[in-house]
Amino acid sequence: MNASVNALLVVVLLLNLFLLGTSRIRALIQGAALQGILLGCMPLLLHQHLSPFPFVIAAATMILKGSIVPQMLFKALRDAQIKREVEPLIGLIPTMLLGALGTAISIAFASQLALVPEHSQTLVVPASFATVLTGFLLLTTRIKAITQVIGYLILENGIYIFGMLLLEAMPFLVELGILLDLFVGIFVVSIIIHHINREFASLDTRRLASLKE
Amino acid sequence: MIAHAFNTLIHLVLLITMPPMLLGVINKTKAWFGGRVGPPVLQLYYDLIRLVQKGMVISTTTTWIFQAGPIITLGAVLLAALLIPFGRFDAPIHFGGDLILFAYLFALGRFFTTAAALDTGSPFEGMGAAREVTFACLSEPALFLAFLVLVKLSGTYSLTPMLHSPMAHTFVTLPVASLLLIGAGLFIIVLAENCRIPVDDPNTHLELTMIHEVMVLDHSGPLLGFILYGASIKLFVLCALLLNVIAPFQSRFAMIDWPMFIVEMLAISVVIGVVESVMARLQMRHVPTLLVSASLLCGFGFLLMLR
Amino acid sequence: MPMPLELMLVACVVAASSGMPGLVISRRSNAGQWIAAALNVVGSTVGGCGLIAHYFSGTDIQQISRTWSLPLGHFAVGIDGLSAVFLVPILLISALGSIYGLEYWRQSEHPRNGKKLRFCWGLLTAAMMLVVLARDAIVLLMGWEIMALAAFFLVATEDWNIEVRRAAWVFLVAAHVGTLCLFALFGLLRYVNGSFDLWASTSGEIPAWLANTIFVVGMIGFGLKAGIMPLHVWLPGAHANAPSHVSAILSGVLLKAGVYGMIRVAACMPHPPMWWGMTLLVIGSISGILGIAFAVAQHDFKRLLAYSSVENIGIITIGIGLALLGRSAGHSDWIVLGLGGALLHLLNHSLFKPLLFMGAGSVLHAVHTRQSDLLGGLAKFMPRTFALIVIGAMSICGLPPFNGFVSEFLIYIGLFHVSASNAGNAWISAALAAPALAMIGALAVAAFVKLIGGIFCGTPRTETASHAHDPHMLMLVPMVFLAVCCVLIGLLPMTMAGLLQRAIAAWEMSPSSATISIGEFVPLYGFLVVGLLLAVLGFAGAMAIQRLRLRQPSTSAGTWDCGYLRPTSRIQYTGSSLSEMLTKLFGWVLFPKKSIVVLRALFPNQAAFSSETPDTVLDRGVLPPLRAIERAISWIRPIQGGPVQVYLLYVLAALLTLLVFASW
Repeated sequence: MNASVNALLVVVLLLNLFLLGTSRIRALIQGAALQGILLGCMPLLLHQHLSPFPFVIAAATMILKGSIVPQMLFKALRDAQIKREVEPLIGLIPTMLLGALGTAISIAFASQLALVPEHSQTLVVPASFATVLTGFLLLTTRIKAITQVIGYLILENGIYIFGMLLLEAMPFLVELGILLDLFVGIFVVSIIIHHINREFASLDTRRLASLKE
Repeated sequence: MIAHAFNTLIHLVLLITMPPMLLGVINKTKAWFGGRVGPPVLQLYYDLIRLVQKGMVISTTTTWIFQAGPIITLGAVLLAALLIPFGRFDAPIHFGGDLILFAYLFALGRFFTTAAALDTGSPFEGMGAAREVTFACLSEPALFLAFLVLVKLSGTYSLTPMLHSPMAHTFVTLPVASLLLIGAGLFIIVLAENCRIPVDDPNTHLELTMIHEVMVLDHSGPLLGFILYGASIKLFVLCALLLNVIAPFQSRFAMIDWPMFIVEMLAISVVIGVVESVMARLQMRHVPTLLVSASLLCGFGFLLMLR
Repeated sequence: MPMPLELMLVACVVAASSGMPGLVISRRSNAGQWIAAALNVVGSTVGGCGLIAHYFSGTDIQQISRTWSLPLGHFAVGIDGLSAVFLVPILLISALGSIYGLEYWRQSEHPRNGKKLRFCWGLLTAAMMLVVLARDAIVLLMGWEIMALAAFFLVATEDWNIEVRRAAWVFLVAAHVGTLCLFALFGLLRYVNGSFDLWASTSGEIPAWLANTIFVVGMIGFGLKAGIMPLHVWLPGAHANAPSHVSAILSGVLLKAGVYGMIRVAACMPHPPMWWGMTLLVIGSISGILGIAFAVAQHDFKRLLAYSSVENIGIITIGIGLALLGRSAGHSDWIVLGLGGALLHLLNHSLFKPLLFMGAGSVLHAVHTRQSDLLGGLAKFMPRTFALIVIGAMSICGLPPFNGFVSEFLIYIGLFHVSASNAGNAWISAALAAPALAMIGALAVAAFVKLIGGIFCGTPRTETASHAHDPHMLMLVPMVFLAVCCVLIGLLPMTMAGLLQRAIAAWEMSPSSATISIGEFVPLYGFLVVGLLLAVLGFAGAMAIQRLRLRQPSTSAGTWDCGYLRPTSRIQYTGSSLSEMLTKLFGWVLFPKKSIVVLRALFPNQAAFSSETPDTVLDRGVLPPLRAIERAISWIRPIQGGPVQVYLLYVLAALLTLLVFASW
């Protein structure tokens, strides 16, 4: 079981680096969707006892993160007619290197934590830290509003991975609540993107600074 | 003892005769994807024979380094090829630390290829040289990170035992994730070092977009033959390196393992051909990102080894 | 039986006095320079005999200690395996450089400063010998100061040039900051050991903070001289602006005095904490990568060589870090490989870097410009210099079968040893350092292909470049000697094993018989085999081409120009164009400056483009805070700069204050 979870998480971590390194927005959305689907599989692999909850969570996660959210983002991309290229504040290579450094630090940091043996064997904790860091990196180094949305999505993925540790303890309603928040958040942002685009003809979040007055 | 001598002999024979075939297979695959018949698989052999029979045209601008370039590069890759084990068989030369020699022999070749390119004074060849030295700076660390994984796995510092160590493990004890990661990283290195798509397009007719082919524009006749032959050996050697990482299989019968090695090498060239057919060449400014991700893949594999 | 140490002291005195006879000879006559060179060669020969005597005497350390009338301490000098390794380049480069200088800086052509240069040259040699021989802190500091001042005057040889003066001032300031750190270091060592005797490992328990302070202060003080990355600010300017044989001795030998100190300080604790070695590994990697990245970006070929020294010092630092890790973790294989690699690289660097600087000097002598973009095609006019520089460049890139490859090989193997072990967190830094070293190697190839391609390949870009010619024999012979050494060490590294092993033993403070030999980890004879194989393959290839050419003769034509009708030499790829991609890749640290004239009109008549890469650390890191400090304390300035009467008043005031204080 551990081996399969670890293999899954390695792919998730690689996707993180891919998200930081890609220059196409479509690829970014697809990567995030793929990550969502992979994470959806996790409760099935982790859960020991047969019960309906993990299946519900898995199904909800996969449908939402793997299909609905990407669809919305693609629609926003189409409607707003944004250019296909990601606009990073610092270059793609530096962000990738930062992401890799973050991953390495996460692994080193997680090995210092006093975890339950069954958790210290898997990559769950470092992967969660690394994914959260990736989300932050995307949020802080990308200009366009739509890439910011994806940053939030990845950030949430990180929290979700950490939540897997508490799968036994955490009522799945909470998890569903998080998913709902996320859904609403992205829904709102894509509406906003649409409107900003119509009003201002630019989606550069740096320009939002001019609203501070 | 006799078996060892026999295997060394086969190593040498394969090393000298087989490399041009890989390029033929790649081109055949690409032609198949494009719906063409394509050149014969043995085309490069014909080319080489024709080239060595031709006379050379030597630019009046050049000095001895222009002619030394292809010769030394070919010598360096031949020596490198003696350090790499083919399949499960030992390399003819192996000693502790030969992996460093392996990497630096390619650097030696690069030094002379680029110096020879600059020696012609042609702006195009200078452009190719600039790209070659730049991209090498990013692919060398990836190669060494991959070596670190293998050193960690085998506890030795020589290519032969290092590359055989994945075979010694059973599937359960094998660090599959690490090996897959460095396998992916090494595949990118193979593509980049041999100037294949998506890094470089060997078939384009625009000098502005090429790396390796543009550096050798002025070489002709036997010197060009040396270059083409050296390039095919380089591809062969790097594929053999990759092979032991991604396909650590053996049967313990030399009569089966040697044909298996040949088939596997041809399979890798088919894969390269497929990659070249389904991908477009990257913009030059995006190549560094690809190479850095190769380093990251290998570095990641190393991190996972330590857990 | 001659005593090695006495011979060394004689050599020291001869070297110090080598420039003095010239001082009283007419400035138009060349007699003085011949006397100076002869004395330098004699001094080095005597010193060389001393080294040989020491090597075969079998004793690990020989020491002389005399009380003298100077305050604080006594005159104590000694020679052990570690000092011996550092004495080799001092003696060798001093002699070869003075021979090279006979023609390069001929007295009759440089009447204004030739005497000064030769006088300081001898002093510098003697002072550096004193530094590595010193066994007492005061003696070392005296040598250190003479060394710094002599080097300052050597850098400032052409002092009418403002750029030269600026570089010399930066050097002097950096040297004195370093000396201040050394004062602190020796003060702390005296506090710990109770005397100014040097290089005994501290015995007993000392608090961790004290040990750490000693380490940090020592590394900064000696690192400033060695030129590791953030402390290298003086190095590029000084190396580029000094006469080339001075650059050769500065880069080949003077930097090594700093490395000597670093190695000695690293040995001051029997059980250093892990982070010492790890820090050195990281700093060495940074120094190596950024040093060579700056080198790639330079257009001035002497600045390129100067930055490449920063890189090589980085590699040496990696080796020292490895040895320190070994000492912390109790792995003697790391020590042998790390320190052995560092010391061998140091010796190698003191061969190929002077070779390259002398080669650069020959080019400079012939064309009078340091801008490689104005040159090109010199390979035809200066074939001997070209061949020698190719050998030097291949050695410095660490390409087989030359000497740089052997030393980098040792360090690589050491790093692999660390990462294969499971000792603590050491693997992290080793895992960083090995790929970093690989990157350094690839960048070095880029930098030196740029150097060779820009200066020697293609066709001349300017008129002056096409009038170049090979230099005089007196300049060629030292270069040939160095090149031969590079090849020999590359093929026969086992000849150096004994020297290195005794140095490692001295560092470990164990009898030399007790250390493991390098040959146990590295097949030293393999390098010979590899070299011969390469030679055979190359020769076979050349013969094959030769035979094919006989069968089908070759024709000559111009370089293919892709059908362009009027190619000129100016469309060639210059060194700067070659490095443009790399400069952009490292733009986040290099901050290259560009000036472009934007073309607007339909038929624009003139346009220009220029780019340069100044030193980021100096221009952005050091100078702004120094200027801020200068502004902040400018109110204090009126105290100085007044008439003499006011100064006398200060003296009086001070006296009175003291009197009042004493009688209180």
